[in-house]
Amino acid sequence: MASAGSDPGRLPRTVKVLIAGGFGAGKTTLVGSVSEIRPLRTEEYLTEPGSLIDPLDGIGDKTTTTVAMDFGRITLPADLIVYLFGTPGQDRFWFMWDELAYGALGAVVLADTRRLADSFASVDYFESTGTPFVVAVNRFDGAPRHSVDAIGSALALGADVPVVECDARQRVSSRDVLITLAEHAIDLAGRCAQPVQGRSR
Amino acid sequence: VPGAGERWLDEQAGRIVRPYALTGGRTAATTQRFNLLAMVVATAGVARDKRELEPAHLLVLEQARSPAAVIDLASTLDLPIGVIRVLLSDLAERSLIAIHSPPRAPHTDIRLLQDVLDGLRRL
Repeated sequence: MASAGSDPGRLPRTVKVLIAGGFGAGKTTLVGSVSEIRPLRTEEYLTEPGSLIDPLDGIGDKTTTTVAMDFGRITLPADLIVYLFGTPGQDRFWFMWDELAYGALGAVVLADTRRLADSFASVDYFESTGTPFVVAVNRFDGAPRHSVDAIGSALALGADVPVVECDARQRVSSRDVLITLAEHAIDLAGRCAQPVQGRSR
Repeated sequence: VPGAGERWLDEQAGRIVRPYALTGGRTAATTQRFNLLAMVVATAGVARDKRELEPAHLLVLEQARSPAAVIDLASTLDLPIGVIRVLLSDLAERSLIAIHSPPRAPHTDIRLLQDVLDGLRRL
């Protein structure tokens, strides 16, 4: 349907990038350093795992909870808007990931070398959904330094998954992580577009 | 009652107006589940149906005079995404908004990806 009476002009194209990782890995910091951060609330049903924590006797089968999310936008030339979504860290909000990942350009998994295991769930999720992702090792003062290769093998990543170091507080560093993700997505898309022959995995 | 520009949430008192009070208690969008990145544009039919609309609907229409993403409507109006979806559903039923879906599989669209990459490099 045309919007008669007004000229909306050219509609911006919108894409989303997910910022995942364990609690305290720097998701909020990265979103804040590279994008215009904006308030966002979602209200969703509390399901059984939540009901163990929050007694709901007498309220009925379902109730809702408000979740504040990390959310930011980057306005790019050529009518492009990139939205960044920090994925909710708590297990009881896993149900939100599917909606966020659907139609995403890709994801950044932020890793903290002091708690590398916290990244496993995100890595598993993006691998299983076929979402292009990169791992960004956020440099924390006093955290052990490992080579990106060592981190890649500790996370059992596929050989083609980029692992980069970053300082999520720095805008340029965070932007570079997103550039790595875009390059990786182009790489994967190019491979898919070509006939697949003797693909090894 | 919060005045214009105030948030619906009060840190001390908790929520002042339960969000779904704005939707008459309805929690499900009836027609479709609007994609977070879909662009919403108000159509020209506003005046005719004005009396059926709640103030929250009018706020959405106001914001959608120029194209606005579903997610930006939620953020700008400080309403949970679920509430925005119900309001959009009401407006879509009355043909007061047009919805433009985002690309379904942007990670396979090399041209789009290249534009994103070029844009990021210029940041």
